[in-house]
Amino acid sequence: MIRYALTRGALLIAGLLVASVVIFLSLRVFPGDVAQLIAGSEATPTQVQAIREALGLERPLFAQYGDWIGGLFRGDLGVSMLTGASVGEELLQKAQVTVPLGLMAMIIAFVIAVPLGILAALLRGRAGGTAMNVGAQAVAAVPVIWAGMMLVVVFAVWLGWLPAQGFPRAGWAEPWQAVRALLLPALTIGIVEGAMLMRFVRSATLQAASQDFVRTAAAKGLTRTAALVRHGIPAVGLSIITVLGLQVAGIVVGSVVIEQLFTLPGIGRMLVTDVGTRDLVKVQSELLVLTGFVLVIGFLVDLVHHVIDPRQREAA
Amino acid sequence: MSTRRRHAWWHRLWATSTGRFGVIVVAVIALTALVSLFWTPFDPKEADVANRWQTPNWPHLLGTDGTGHDILSLVMAGAQTTVFVAIGSGIVATLVGIALGALGALTARWMRETVAVLVDILIAFPVLIIAMMISSVWGGSLWVVIWSVGIGFGVNIARVTRPELRRVQQSDFVVAGRASGLTPAQNLAQHLLPNVAPVFIVQLSWSMAVAVLAEAGLSYLGFGASIVEPSWGILLADLQRYITLHPLSVVWPGLAITLTVLALNLLGDGLREATDPTLRQSSRARAARAHVPEVIA
Repeated sequence: MIRYALTRGALLIAGLLVASVVIFLSLRVFPGDVAQLIAGSEATPTQVQAIREALGLERPLFAQYGDWIGGLFRGDLGVSMLTGASVGEELLQKAQVTVPLGLMAMIIAFVIAVPLGILAALLRGRAGGTAMNVGAQAVAAVPVIWAGMMLVVVFAVWLGWLPAQGFPRAGWAEPWQAVRALLLPALTIGIVEGAMLMRFVRSATLQAASQDFVRTAAAKGLTRTAALVRHGIPAVGLSIITVLGLQVAGIVVGSVVIEQLFTLPGIGRMLVTDVGTRDLVKVQSELLVLTGFVLVIGFLVDLVHHVIDPRQREAA
Repeated sequence: MSTRRRHAWWHRLWATSTGRFGVIVVAVIALTALVSLFWTPFDPKEADVANRWQTPNWPHLLGTDGTGHDILSLVMAGAQTTVFVAIGSGIVATLVGIALGALGALTARWMRETVAVLVDILIAFPVLIIAMMISSVWGGSLWVVIWSVGIGFGVNIARVTRPELRRVQQSDFVVAGRASGLTPAQNLAQHLLPNVAPVFIVQLSWSMAVAVLAEAGLSYLGFGASIVEPSWGILLADLQRYITLHPLSVVWPGLAITLTVLALNLLGDGLREATDPTLRQSSRARAARAHVPEVIA
């Protein structure tokens, strides 16, 4: 176990390093003249040169990378090339939208997927079960943007229950308004992710149903359903949480699109704007934070998986 | 693979209702894209301001948008972009997948392990992050979609095919081929690839589904198709601005995307069912893990 955690941890650190190098290089080596871009097309060569020096773009790439990584270790994510504002502070502020959004989406996905997935498994072979399976497959294919638009049409335009866009200016100082603003976006991501998770819950439940101990329990007089619920599902429960963990990447990515659609001031929207304006220092730190987040979740998921499923040790 | 076996394979795919649905819808989309190159009911670029925001009627079967473009024609033309992106990213994913899979399975031990670690790292990069990196360098275009999905899914393919390649490589006929003097490249082409092809094609089908979603999402965010290109994502972004006034118009491009993605997913599932059952057994767990599709659109 400890050996596995260490190897896997080394892989995580290697992953973060590779990610940082790839992100840094892809943003620095290839693009045109960043200083020119910031200065605008009207700027004189002297002005461009001044910007270049101010940003440290004259220095060797290696030194620039070292500065960035060194800063990261001290918890300094750098400052915006365009505004000079601290990237770390802005990320923290935007996280107040994105993190609750992600958590709400995850809870919704879980609440949808687990009961429906188990039900679909119990109904296998019957019309109801088939319909649920087909439905989940179809919903999982829906693009999140479109799902969001349809929910806006129903709940904001027709019923008028929830706001179609925006986030209260006061943020979490108005908790009820903030939750209302996040409800439709979280529902959008939660439904689509939930449909994917539901398919997994269904197949995991079916797999549990074919296990010997479930059959034994059924043979000892429990109904098939009771045996499954009491013995089978607890056995697959943790692996369902594992898969939910794997879906975190999907939720993070989904939030980028959905923040744009609902004009939420979150990390995803910040990233899209910064890629548009080519604020490279911001973009590289933001990308690394997001990638790091996904890598760390993957690490934790693998550890949990390893603990609960000894067979994984063979595969590793 | 003999003709007879290929025949059986196709029959098994066609025999499942999901497989049949997948094949038919994918064929219809491809045909629509083809037809729209020569003919659409109206010119998708022609603005007819007198007829803006028509609800579905004859001759505008799906209505018109805010500048009088015929929505059916726009959706038909959008299929071109979808097919282009799906095929393009499929090709990139194939190349990346074969290269990394072969390097990770067939080379010297240190190389195999390095590639395995690299694949494990790359697999954690969401397609959207790759797309943003490419797009912040070169700006948005359909190539961003093709490369990001191609690289992102190529890694997935490598991960699924690597163990298959290892397994097949140790089988008797490959050892025999090596003994009879085939070069590693010949062996790869003649024995190894045909044997991992089923797993490969299944993954490819799923990667195309991701590509379709990615095109819509990235175009919507401004990283994909430009506003002058026909694209379902662009169309969605366009119509979204008037969603409170004309909610019905948004339905069509989204429906087109959903149907295409669903069909490609089902085609992949059907292919998995139809291909060799022993192969299915061994690759199922990995395939299941690799197939946690990201929501991107």
